[in-house]
Amino acid sequence: MKTLTKTIILLVVSICFIGCNNSAKSSDSGTTSSDEGRASQKSGQAFIKDEGGTPNALQLAISSEDHTTLVAAVQAAEVENALVNVGPLTVFAPNNAAFAKIDEATLNSLLEPENKSKLAFILTHHVAPANYPIETLKKNATKGRKLYMASGKYLEVTEKDGSMYVDGIKILGTVNVSNGWVHVTESVILPRD
Amino acid sequence: MKTIGKYIMTIATLTILVSCGNSNDGDKSGALTSSKAEKVYVAPGEHDEYYGFMSGGYSGNVTVYGLPSGRMLKEIPVFSQFPTSGYGYSEETKAMLNTSFGFVPWGDAHHPDISQTEGELDGRWIFINENNTPRIARISLETFETEEIIELPNSAGNHASSFVTENTEYIVAGTRFAVPNPQRDMPINEMKGKFKGPLSFVSIADNGRMNLEFQLNMPGFNYDLAHPGRNKSHGWFFFTSYNTEEANTLMEVNASQNDKDYIAAVNWKKIVDYVKNGGGKKVSGTYAHNVYDEKTHSATSTMKEGVISINPKDVEGAVYYIPIPKSPHGCDVDPSGEYIIGSGKLSTDLSVYSFEKMLTAIENKDFVDDAYGIPVLSYENTIAGVVKQPGLGPLHTEFDGKGNAYTTFFISSEVVKWKLGTWEVLDRLPTFYSVGHLMIPGGNSRKPFGKYMVALNKITKDRYLPTGPELEHSAQLYDISGDKMELLSDFPTHGEPHYAAGIRADLIKDKSKKYYDLEENEHPYAAKSESESKVTRDGNEVHINMTMIRSHFSPDNIEGVKVGDKVFFHMTNLEQDFDVPHGFSVIGANTSEILVMPGQTKTIVWEPKREGVWPFYCTDFCSALHQEMQGYVRVSGKNSNTPIKYSLDE
Repeated sequence: MKTLTKTIILLVVSICFIGCNNSAKSSDSGTTSSDEGRASQKSGQAFIKDEGGTPNALQLAISSEDHTTLVAAVQAAEVENALVNVGPLTVFAPNNAAFAKIDEATLNSLLEPENKSKLAFILTHHVAPANYPIETLKKNATKGRKLYMASGKYLEVTEKDGSMYVDGIKILGTVNVSNGWVHVTESVILPRD
Repeated sequence: MKTIGKYIMTIATLTILVSCGNSNDGDKSGALTSSKAEKVYVAPGEHDEYYGFMSGGYSGNVTVYGLPSGRMLKEIPVFSQFPTSGYGYSEETKAMLNTSFGFVPWGDAHHPDISQTEGELDGRWIFINENNTPRIARISLETFETEEIIELPNSAGNHASSFVTENTEYIVAGTRFAVPNPQRDMPINEMKGKFKGPLSFVSIADNGRMNLEFQLNMPGFNYDLAHPGRNKSHGWFFFTSYNTEEANTLMEVNASQNDKDYIAAVNWKKIVDYVKNGGGKKVSGTYAHNVYDEKTHSATSTMKEGVISINPKDVEGAVYYIPIPKSPHGCDVDPSGEYIIGSGKLSTDLSVYSFEKMLTAIENKDFVDDAYGIPVLSYENTIAGVVKQPGLGPLHTEFDGKGNAYTTFFISSEVVKWKLGTWEVLDRLPTFYSVGHLMIPGGNSRKPFGKYMVALNKITKDRYLPTGPELEHSAQLYDISGDKMELLSDFPTHGEPHYAAGIRADLIKDKSKKYYDLEENEHPYAAKSESESKVTRDGNEVHINMTMIRSHFSPDNIEGVKVGDKVFFHMTNLEQDFDVPHGFSVIGANTSEILVMPGQTKTIVWEPKREGVWPFYCTDFCSALHQEMQGYVRVSGKNSNTPIKYSLDE
């Protein structure tokens, strides 16, 4: 009899749970997590569909054929949301040729899941939470102002023969994006220590 | 064992009742069969199914809600200054609040109505009327900004407004307080037969521009509410009137003496033709017409003079009165256009008139009387049916498109569902408390959406946590998709939401503007890049063309301003991205901040009174370095020689 009672109670409790379930309607899209409190890899500002208008830093990188390695790295490190934030941001974006200068074994090991935090650190070393168009970089060089990067470290800006350099790495071109500036660089900027 | 089993079941049932406590005052039985909470729950990041536009009443503005969640999305400033954005404070928007009485910082908003095409909501604009200084405003549903306000001369108490005809050809504006027309100095108690109640007809052009076409100079009753005919009755407009007694004091008694007042039935198409053929007489009447230009980001106010006045007796077959019991309020037309529902607010019955019968009675010249030369049709020969004893104090009716009508009852605090044609009462549910208008999205169009109904209540009392003597009004959301209405939720609204309008979100949301194109900015003081920013002196006026971008102003150091100067800060937001506004304020400014949208230019005036170095800053947390977004203005003595100088990172 005890078992029966237990069974009934259990049954009733489960009915109660079902009946009282006020949980969110299941999401139509399937891929997005309904649990926004803990942003999964596919939620957040980076995944807002936003047609038209000036692209942000991430959208620009994704649309560029010369930055497929950078995009792969950003995705491996799961730092997409940092590149679409309201910022303002200044991103130094090494092109594919820049990544090719790193030996393949090192590069591949960085893309391994266990090295995610190391990769993220290197990538954030390419992002300054500031608005630095090329004119401001020139002023920074003249006035000796360093760039504070999202890695927590600083980059030195110099000007030589009309070109701008960060930590000795040449800037090849500049694009204005909706949340700041993207400067294409000829090499990956590896933190000094 | 059987006994024990029963005992367990009883306890278990009680447990369910206790733990599933979603019940509420309106419906105690529904809690077990479905979860009401689930019906109104919109998960984080998901969007509501409908937009609800609530009149802000004495706030003068419109508030935008998501339905079914009841989440407030935005307050759109319309007739009142709004320091949150600088509307009515900025140099560009002050003109929006100009009237023939001068600048009026406040208005009493009443009845929002969404534009229609072929009788269905098209989501281009929403219109709303102002009662105190008679005006109608048009709000863009792309920018959610007020684009135009037109004043109505010779009118007083613009209550029967701003209802649109089914192709948005016209909007009407009634006169709730009969007044001398033209206004003149005369004894109040001689009003009878001398006051007038003009009904204004405002046309809407394809681009939305409003034009006051004519005023129908009706007898001096109080024209309270209106709705256009639709479908078969398109071309007609119906207005309720009260105070056919033409009383001028202790109206609550003296305006309730006649057993019946009138619905005015107006064939507006006939009058439009009459005016086109040169009919009517131009009379005096001064009114402001204010237009906001999205390219210059500035409003202009034009004072206009004169309006075409129509004597209703002069247009054969255009204007009739229909008797209606006891001081009617709401005047609503069903989606087919056949039934006109008049709510005599002191009557115990609801009178429903037949459009067909009305036409027949007109054809047969079946008149029982005339009022100041306007034929009065017989009640018996126009009535389609009566909803008997549905409740106390009927006010307004909306429709679900499935043959049902929903009427609010103020005194008995309830919404009653009844059937068109049979007039039987199908359901009734209490509202909390003393409901005024109700709103079914699309509920006054040919095609109501018929899923939700919102009751807009006047009295709040104990509905929410108390907040001192002043309480926001309450709204209740009902599911009307089934046979019986179901109360789902309860939420406060801002100001007094006299009426509301609702529309399916997908008809609007994809065309909602994200930012203004900087290239299209034609503001005369716009600085479209930092290199265009400058400071110029013209006598004691100083114009600062300043830019804003994350996270600085250009220029951010300004010198050469003097005490006694009039300094214009013309702020251009250089951002071209969604949801990146910047704000601006400066210490000592006798005005509000301005909130500048991307690509937009806005201006505030600052008249420095003291020497010193004064900071200004961005008021909107725009970016990671928002706190750094600031600058200084040096103010020198009145007779100093400090030259104008400005810089950024010099």
